Amino acid sequence: MREVLIYLAAAVICVPLATRLGIGAILGYLAAGALVGPWGLALVGDVAATQNLAELGVVLMLFVIGLGLDPKRLAGMRGALLRGGMLQLGASGAVLVAALLVWGVRWEAALVGGLALALSSTAIATQAMTDRRQLATPTGQAALGILVFQDIAAIPLIALVPFIGHVQRAGAQPMWERLAIAAGAIAGVIVIGRYLTTPLLRLMARTNLRELFTGFALLLVIGIAELMAAAGLSMGLGAFLAGVLLASSEFRHLLESDIEPFKGLLLGLFFISVGMTIDFGLLASSPVLVAGLLAGFLVLKIASLWAVARWLAICRESWLFAFVLSQGGEFAFVVFGTAREANVLSPQGQSLLTMVVALSMATTPLLLIAYDRWMRRSERREGEADAVSAEGPVIIAGFGRFGQIVGRLLLANGVGVVILDHDPEQVESLRRWGFRVFYGDATRLDLLEAAGARTARLLVNAIDDVEASVTLVDRVRANFPDLAIVSRARNVSHYFELRLRGVQMVERETFEAALKAGRTALEALGTDRFRAKELADAFRRHNIASVDETLPFYQDEARRMSLGKQGREELERQFARDRERFEREHGGAK
Amino acid sequence: MIVVIHAHPYPSRSRAGAALLGAIRDIPAIEVRSLYELYPDYDIDVAAEQAALARARLAVWLHPVYWYAPPALMKHWFDAVFADGWSHGKGAALRGKDCLWVTTLGDAERYRVDVGRGFEPFTPVVEQIARFNAMNWLDPLVLEGAHALDDAALHAHARRLRERLDAWSAAQRARHA
Repeated sequence: MREVLIYLAAAVICVPLATRLGIGAILGYLAAGALVGPWGLALVGDVAATQNLAELGVVLMLFVIGLGLDPKRLAGMRGALLRGGMLQLGASGAVLVAALLVWGVRWEAALVGGLALALSSTAIATQAMTDRRQLATPTGQAALGILVFQDIAAIPLIALVPFIGHVQRAGAQPMWERLAIAAGAIAGVIVIGRYLTTPLLRLMARTNLRELFTGFALLLVIGIAELMAAAGLSMGLGAFLAGVLLASSEFRHLLESDIEPFKGLLLGLFFISVGMTIDFGLLASSPVLVAGLLAGFLVLKIASLWAVARWLAICRESWLFAFVLSQGGEFAFVVFGTAREANVLSPQGQSLLTMVVALSMATTPLLLIAYDRWMRRSERREGEADAVSAEGPVIIAGFGRFGQIVGRLLLANGVGVVILDHDPEQVESLRRWGFRVFYGDATRLDLLEAAGARTARLLVNAIDDVEASVTLVDRVRANFPDLAIVSRARNVSHYFELRLRGVQMVERETFEAALKAGRTALEALGTDRFRAKELADAFRRHNIASVDETLPFYQDEARRMSLGKQGREELERQFARDRERFEREHGGAK
Repeated sequence: MIVVIHAHPYPSRSRAGAALLGAIRDIPAIEVRSLYELYPDYDIDVAAEQAALARARLAVWLHPVYWYAPPALMKHWFDAVFADGWSHGKGAALRGKDCLWVTTLGDAERYRVDVGRGFEPFTPVVEQIARFNAMNWLDPLVLEGAHALDDAALHAHARRLRERLDAWSAAQRARHA
């Protein structure tokens, strides 16, 4: 309990300070860790226990990233993912292994150490890209592909570690057995993710108990992570896989918003734990050596990443790509520890390299700040199109009788839409018809956020419940003031409520249909069809104008009644004038 | 097969239109398409219009003149139906089909025409639309001052249209006999 208090206090003090200084939350967490860690104020003793818990943050993050990926698109990316990943691991690995050999490290250690250093930190890199809203851009996707590949590549690397110094671990299974277990675990995750979870999630959603749904979501992710760990695989990889399998489920956005706070907190804890591993004693005793190693590592890794970016044709943002992936990963800590146990690395060497990796995690946000400054200075607006986000530019809240017509018109014209509906049965049946509908209460802020309200161009508010509809508008106005709203109004007073909240585009749901019926009635009575249209048009124009005129007196019923009566009389006079003019111009037959 | 493209915003108010259409409605194999009745919202069904033209050997364009030009929906019909690749450009769906322009000028319109340079400067526009789409331009039938004519004069004019169409049908039969 005391440790939780310390972590929370350190984070609450350091993170706002860091964001205030404009250096980003990650550096804030790292600083908080350094402050409370054994090399700072030494407030926390058991760093390893913290690291175990913090690892869950990385697991949850990978689950959320997986949720954000469309499996169909991922399948299409497979080739690029493999090519980019192998290229990066090969290029960065070769350069770093060579450097370690030159530095005088034994070749086995250099091989494993160099490859370990070539891996980047998924936590740091994706968090940095998320903060910059870069994850959905081509550069972000390429970087993410490489990070996923690295997670897979880490598995054979872990298997390699025992061979350093020829130290055989007790009770080690033969290679084929471990591979078989790994394959079995992956197959298990696929079966669970594809066939078991969605019906279970539906069951949980029907109970209408929010906390039960959240609990089940956490159980699912942690369970899969444990299963993978038991099979000797990366926990993050399992969570990522589960996320991808659930990405096409209607619960995607709800899962995302439920896991999000846990992910954020635990990821913060992860960064704190990295901060705690920074050995300030060593930094004080040999600052030049540490700085030299850090600089050397960064130069080599960034240069190799830059070359890879060029190769992958990420020309415009090759520096950004290199900076985002420049740090060493968590995995390097594990490898260095094992390498010391196997006596291929001296204790001195281990702490030095650990230090370099931890510091390189801290330099990533700094490099990105420098990159932004530099870009701003050299920016001359080349007029290039913005990278297209993966989410739809239009959010449709409510997909019943009204929303469906709006949505189908947009979909038929290639407009990307994210659809939210709160009725599980409705969502289920719509999904059978092939619509991509997400389950959830659209008035919830976190769900809106997950649906992309920050980047969407338009919100179609097609909710049938008046109260919920107004709540949604209030939330959107307060939190996403730039998001334009097209809204359905159940009746005139709902129309007023919406207009008073500043919604410009409001359609009364029965107005157009009733007007059309009136037009058809005129036609049935023998009015020429085009004339009937003109009369209905005139009625519409007058009606909208007079309704809007009463808007300021919406609460004053007496005033509204008198204005309404006045309006009706004026409409009659106007139609009489129009009839007269029409008869004068088109007297003729009849 | 004759297709009549009729464009008047208020057909029940048009004496001339009623007389002209009344005189030809019973011709066998004639199809009258009143655009303002079919498409009061200007939502022209291009495929249906093209199919009707494709079925016909003669297209009659029947409409009043407003401000020296066809009514707005008729112009919109030209814009939408005579698509590039269908009747011109790479396509020639109307090649060799006959086109008869039957138009009426009300009093107001005739006044506008009279104080100007007469009606002749405006006919080439419609003629050119037909010719550009590879149609055969027949001698048009123009009725001026339609509002002022009495019923007898109006029906005499309508009979002239009927005679023109009957003569055209007879010529067709002779050619295919």
